[in-house]
Amino acid sequence: MSRILPLTLENVTVRRRGKRLIGPVDHTLGADGLTIIIGPNGSGKTTLLRVMHGVERLSEGAVRWAVPDQEAQHHQAYVFQTPIMLRRSVADNLRYPLQLLRRPRRETEAAVALWAERTGLEDRLKLQATRLSGGEKQRLALARALIRDPQVLFLDEPCANLDGASTRAIEILLGAALAAGTRIVMTTHDLGQARRLAKDAVFMLHGRIHETGEAPGFFDAPQSDALRAFLRGDIVT
Amino acid sequence: MNDIYEGLAAAFWLVVTLDADLIEISLRSLQVSLTALVIASAIALPLGTLLAIRRFRYRRLTISLLNALMGLPPVVVGLIVYILLSRSGPFGVLGLLFTPTAMIIAQVIIITPLIASITHQAMRELWAEYHDLLISLNTSGRQRIMTLILDGRRNLLTASLAGFGRAIGEVGAIMIVGGNIDNATRVLTTAIALETGKGDFALALALGFVLIALAIGVNIAIHWLSRTEREGRW
Repeated sequence: MSRILPLTLENVTVRRRGKRLIGPVDHTLGADGLTIIIGPNGSGKTTLLRVMHGVERLSEGAVRWAVPDQEAQHHQAYVFQTPIMLRRSVADNLRYPLQLLRRPRRETEAAVALWAERTGLEDRLKLQATRLSGGEKQRLALARALIRDPQVLFLDEPCANLDGASTRAIEILLGAALAAGTRIVMTTHDLGQARRLAKDAVFMLHGRIHETGEAPGFFDAPQSDALRAFLRGDIVT
Repeated sequence: MNDIYEGLAAAFWLVVTLDADLIEISLRSLQVSLTALVIASAIALPLGTLLAIRRFRYRRLTISLLNALMGLPPVVVGLIVYILLSRSGPFGVLGLLFTPTAMIIAQVIIITPLIASITHQAMRELWAEYHDLLISLNTSGRQRIMTLILDGRRNLLTASLAGFGRAIGEVGAIMIVGGNIDNATRVLTTAIALETGKGDFALALALGFVLIALAIGVNIAIHWLSRTEREGRW
């Protein structure tokens, strides 16, 4: 259970250079579970995720956490579609979020060892992070996000460009985080993954939330034609 | 060509015999330029980084001004520092004119914009890469600057070395504010100018070769030092 949730989006609109990216969007994010956001390219999935995380400037509307924003910010983490690797060793990448919080050294080192083991990066710790393979980079990015023990974790297509084995490694980590009570919100293009992980789902189309629902009903009995077509694999524009 | 051979030979003998004047002049060159480098880097590295990450009203103007100042003519800088430090000038009471300190001040003014500008270019690229992550992790402005400086330290080293190269080879400004006084403010470049004027090409060339060797030596030393540090860290 997360204290900082529920998160409420009220009439949220984001415009850039006169173009509407998303909105108006109204949505409430419940206190636990795993929400999958699906939709075609350019439908506003990433923007929605960034709005929730608070790193996107709103043109209209409001985003409200259950606690003041300042406090809520400390309990969230975000994994970007292209993992951002600090030009440092793998171990230093893991240390970084805790160093920012000035955690005691012993506590930090214990957390680094723990997460290196969980992500199978123990023998990579001294390596320059930018030299890791794609799968390893994404696991490192995920570990770096989880090392602060966030209440809410946002992931933007964490498994894009990853093969089966790497995807499974990520999904196992996500499963463990979910079991430990972390609220997860992620976008994906992989409908198989969406079915495997979702507790509930959001379908984005043209910058608006087109349909929401609990899994598995969302996938098995979609209400709208657009979602039905999208799930069938048709090209929805 | 004969002059060059003679210069090489003279340089060789000056170095081998550890000529007292040569060593004094070389050490003063190093002292002035390295001090200027340290002071200028302490100002320019955070400033260049700040310009890369902070958005403010006159940012573009500041950056183009900085780029323009890179080409500041040393003679003019020397002249202005001279006027400021001269007896009748606002800082005349300090009695700094014709001292190594005056030369350091002039060189700091010359190389700070250069280092800041190169730093800005390098940091802008790194900031574009790190931006989303550092925002997401809720970093403070200070933490962002420290992270960029730490991770971009090799680029910053290049910026500093460019500044050092300009400082150690600079003659116009330090000639004016230092005065090229024997045993007080004579450095390699001003000595070369003097010896060339006197027609002693061999000695001038010898000093020139020592100057080049010094510049290369400092570059290699700094690179070597930074590499050992890197291996120690990882």
